[in-house]
Amino acid sequence: METWPTAAEIADAVAQGRTSATAVTDAALSRIEQQNGVLNAFTAVTAARARAKAREVDAARAAGKPLGPLAGVPFAVKNLFDVAGTSTLAGSKINREREPASADSPLITRLESAGAILVGALNMGEYAYDFTGENVHDGPSRNPHDTGRMTGGSSGGSGGAVAGGLVPLSLGSDTNGSIRVPSSFCGLFGLKPTYGRLTRARTFPFVASLDHLGPLARSTRDLALAYDAMQGPDAEDPVCTTRASESALPTLGSGIGGLRVVVAGGYFERGAGAEALSALATVAKALGAEQRIEIPEAARARAAAFIITTTEGGALHMDRLRTNADDFDPATRDRLISGLMIPASLVVKAQKFRRLYREQVLKLFEHHDAILAPATPMVAPRLGQQTMMLEGAEVPLRANIGIYTQPISFIGLPVVCVPVPLQPLPIGVQIIAAPWREDVALRIAHYLETAHVAKATRPPL
Amino acid sequence: MSEIDNQALEVYIRTAATALGIPLEEAWIPSIRTNLAISLRLAATVAEFELPDESEPAPVFEA
Repeated sequence: METWPTAAEIADAVAQGRTSATAVTDAALSRIEQQNGVLNAFTAVTAARARAKAREVDAARAAGKPLGPLAGVPFAVKNLFDVAGTSTLAGSKINREREPASADSPLITRLESAGAILVGALNMGEYAYDFTGENVHDGPSRNPHDTGRMTGGSSGGSGGAVAGGLVPLSLGSDTNGSIRVPSSFCGLFGLKPTYGRLTRARTFPFVASLDHLGPLARSTRDLALAYDAMQGPDAEDPVCTTRASESALPTLGSGIGGLRVVVAGGYFERGAGAEALSALATVAKALGAEQRIEIPEAARARAAAFIITTTEGGALHMDRLRTNADDFDPATRDRLISGLMIPASLVVKAQKFRRLYREQVLKLFEHHDAILAPATPMVAPRLGQQTMMLEGAEVPLRANIGIYTQPISFIGLPVVCVPVPLQPLPIGVQIIAAPWREDVALRIAHYLETAHVAKATRPPL
Repeated sequence: MSEIDNQALEVYIRTAATALGIPLEEAWIPSIRTNLAISLRLAATVAEFELPDESEPAPVFEA
């Protein structure tokens, strides 16, 4: 089997007997061995476990048992997901001393229940406080479209592994943009579901108020397959919704008839580079989205997200900052220490503002079904790049990559990031829907994919 | 930030680190100060937003 099939194509081939889960798994492990030296996407490869699981899938088929919708599909997870028997690194040096996880993250269990096969854990920015995909302990994950460039972060390996064809599906986390930024820089489809939609149990946290988990893939069908397989309540995560699962796959191909799609203007266009604006215009035109709206107080929302992030992050790591400060990436350490020093009064204000902002933005969805916005202001920066140009001024790169993603995840709206295949580098556009309407964002993304406006292109590796 | 502001911020950083029991090395302070200055500038934009006294924070605790 060639190395670029989607998860859906693999599952179909396995179900039809055109290939076996074992053959697919062996091929994935071989690609990882060949390419990971360049891409640095994987920090652990679970070969024995993967082969054992593949044999189970093949045995089930041989016995005539029904196979799951992801039968034989190799996938990998950001290394903040618990994988039984290994320490959950969360991109850090410090966590290498942690006790091995006693059980898998439920999202891994749910994907495996659908027949998917875990092949490893993926590189990430330290403790997820990152937009670059660089990591001082493990080295940077590298962008398959140009290995001298960033994958974006913090789910850097999750982007590199899928864009590089090592696996068709990965899981990442997104607190301020960490699924959407790598999707944009690596040219992938990424889904950040509604806050609370997917259980976060048995993953290493960053900012409890804002943490989300979700899939990255090369097709919208694969996003929907994975998303549907992962839904469901979980008492282990107090934020996880008790709503019934709402499958996205049945309506994926329903088209965009009747959907009211608009473009976020103002804040979301200021500072955007030529590629970001070009991609946005292309997507808007394909959808017939002519109206521009203003998301009120977006800049303040981004500021409030920044404050909640740095303070909750600082609090999470306070003990480690007391005892192991030298073992952090210095850049992470200094941001976390700074976060510890923000007065509590300002954090309370930020959480109160969050509720008012949410009320204002939800009013927009009374008249619109989806809002388009750039995912990142620019295409993938070069590795090591420290600054960027924003509205004519040179500003720090790290803090500003997420200016368009932060105001959205701040209130937990579901987003599909779609890749627009510009040359030489792709860039993403956010399709933002009302809470719990992942199906709407996925429908629109699928329409764009079918129209060849959004496409995960194969890099020249 | 002006030089005086930087000095004031560094005094605050040293004092807060002592109060929180965080060991600091001198070499870290400029970077922490830069981060803190950015955070405080952003926090000020949130703090200046007029909130009604009755406004509730986003997370709601359920007993």
